[in-house]
Amino acid sequence: MIKHSLQRLLGLIPTMLMLITVAFFLIRVAPGGPFDSEKLLPPEIEANLNAKYHLDEPLVQQYFRYLGQVVVLDFGPSFQYKDWTVNELIAQGFPVSATVGLAAMILAFVVGTLLGIAAALRQNSGIDYSLMGFAMLGISVPNFVIAPILILLLAVYAGWLPAGGWDWSVANMVLPVITLSLPAIAYIARLTRGSMIEVLHSNFIRTARAKGLPESVVIRRHALRPALLPVISFLGPATAAMISGSVVIERIFSIPGLGSYFVQGALNRDYTLVMGVVIFYGMLIIILNFIVDLVYAWLNPKIRYDEKR
Amino acid sequence: MKPANMENTAAPLLEVKDLDVGFDTPEGKVHAVNCLNFSLKAGDALAIVGESGSGKTQTVMAIMGLLSENGEARGEARFKGQDLMKMSTAQLNTHRGKEIAMIFQDPMTSLNPYLRIDKQMIEVVMHHQGLNKSEARAHAVEMLRAVRIPDPERRIRQYPHEFSGGMRQRVMVAMGLLCEPDLLIADEPTTALDVTVQAQISHLMSALRENSNTAIILITHDLGVVAGLCDRVLVMYAGEAVECGSVEQIYYEPKHPYTQGLLASVPRLDQPEETGLNSIPGNPPNLLALPKGCKFRDRCPKAHDACKEKPPMQLDEQRHAWRCFLGGAA
Ligand SMILES: Nc1ncnc2c1ncn2[C@@H]1O[C@H](COP(=O)(O)OP(=O)(O)O)[C@@H](O)[C@H]1O
Ligand code: SF4
Ligand SMILES: [Mg+2]
Repeated sequence: MIKHSLQRLLGLIPTMLMLITVAFFLIRVAPGGPFDSEKLLPPEIEANLNAKYHLDEPLVQQYFRYLGQVVVLDFGPSFQYKDWTVNELIAQGFPVSATVGLAAMILAFVVGTLLGIAAALRQNSGIDYSLMGFAMLGISVPNFVIAPILILLLAVYAGWLPAGGWDWSVANMVLPVITLSLPAIAYIARLTRGSMIEVLHSNFIRTARAKGLPESVVIRRHALRPALLPVISFLGPATAAMISGSVVIERIFSIPGLGSYFVQGALNRDYTLVMGVVIFYGMLIIILNFIVDLVYAWLNPKIRYDEKR
Repeated sequence: MKPANMENTAAPLLEVKDLDVGFDTPEGKVHAVNCLNFSLKAGDALAIVGESGSGKTQTVMAIMGLLSENGEARGEARFKGQDLMKMSTAQLNTHRGKEIAMIFQDPMTSLNPYLRIDKQMIEVVMHHQGLNKSEARAHAVEMLRAVRIPDPERRIRQYPHEFSGGMRQRVMVAMGLLCEPDLLIADEPTTALDVTVQAQISHLMSALRENSNTAIILITHDLGVVAGLCDRVLVMYAGEAVECGSVEQIYYEPKHPYTQGLLASVPRLDQPEETGLNSIPGNPPNLLALPKGCKFRDRCPKAHDACKEKPPMQLDEQRHAWRCFLGGAA
């Protein structure tokens, strides 16, 4: 299993290379450059700047230069935040984003699975139908609609929570975390319901019931793990969804996370910042997916066993 | 209506009366079991035979309270005098696994693939007999040894997929016997297995029956398996009992044309080979709309006009019963 995991880890290298390459060339294809802001710079200054950041070199040369840096995890200086390196900006923004994202993930996993199980155990009841109705709503209504509604209700009218801002207080986190987790809660609830219903129809559950075990034991000991396997494998894609969702949410709630830097960077053609964030998030998703795969295999003895051989 | 073998003097262990099992489906109601009666004393071994789809599995599922959600059972199933049909799940759970154990048709999927064998065995004894973990494990290891699983101390720590089909079925048998049940229901325990393993499992069950006086209901569509293990046979067709008698009566004096047909399709050592392996032509009736008269009429070589009415259950002095107009003493 360990040898196999290491092999898999090495297999991630081409994926990362691809990610870096695509990120690099894609942003160069977009029209405009980092230094065409509102007021035109004198041409000689712009040329100087371009030379300083090696923007005057052929694209391929720039690419390999950049690759060389990224391999040692150096994303270079930011073009816009003059005294900052991209690494420093990431170190600044990521803890904020990660806190919100992790809290949203945990909330989504706990609430989503509980609702899904509740719906599955009361299949086709009123509870089931209303839960799944809400889930459908949660999946189909986008963040940028949910956020203002929550702000209006809980911040503006009720005045219970701040409408935005960030000072690491729980009050500040509640709305963004809820907004970010709602679609995932909805999705996980549907996923759990479906897989739980399927598992409850399997032969080994019938065996467990035939043993005279109380239904609660049957569910906890026999049904829960297989029912949660699809949810575990959804956690990888869920992370990706959380990250893209956080870009929108950090804007709406004025949270100084990585998403805010990313948006700023994209608007200003801050090549290094945008590439840095994309590659950083890309690596994060790849690594988290890898971990999720390991957990999945660990929970599933059949896979664990097959890989042992 | 009287069950076929009510003359038994000892009180029956299990007494099934007028059992009906129906399933609601989009096409209508599937009548899987119709007015079935049988009974069983302590230590009896009853075989239920019939083609696939004749309602054997659903009969015992109804008794165990394990029907699918779209299924509904009516009638009585008295176990030690108490009607299992009227029990809540919690009440049923005081009998299931403890006094009544069941071995399922498909050994490959009937064990939980995510749990080690020890966990799956230990939980039964811990729950019903209040043993602690190490006592329960020791007991489980002994049971595995009893069903001839080699190296049980090591094997018990493995997952189901590390066992062959035959070995899994042994595990199921061992698991069923952990609490020394009064009744063991085995639903085609050997069907998926090869012939030598089949023989081993049947031997195992008959040995256990002799040692612990456990009553057995053995479901099979293969009359060949029955002889070594059972003393009575119930033949089912389209959810109905069509014949019931001792193994000798069923084998040597089958009264119902369906039973005769089934026997003709069993390869037998005591008969020349040409007579073997011709299954009964035709198909069983549609369970959504059962015919009014004899349900076997469309396939019966002896069908006649009277068979448009429902034939009565005939009973002779030797407790041999059959549902047909023919074969009477007259
Ligand atoms: N959940 C269900 N819904 C509808 N029909 C069912 C269901 N379960 C079983 N049946 C039907 O009941 C009949 C009897 O099935 P079963 O008792 O399993 O037969 P067998 O004698 O082969 O064990 C079959 O025709 C089967 O299709
Ligand atoms: S009642 Fe008639 S059709 Fe039915 S089995 Fe007897 S002879 Fe055949
Ligand atoms: Mg069956």
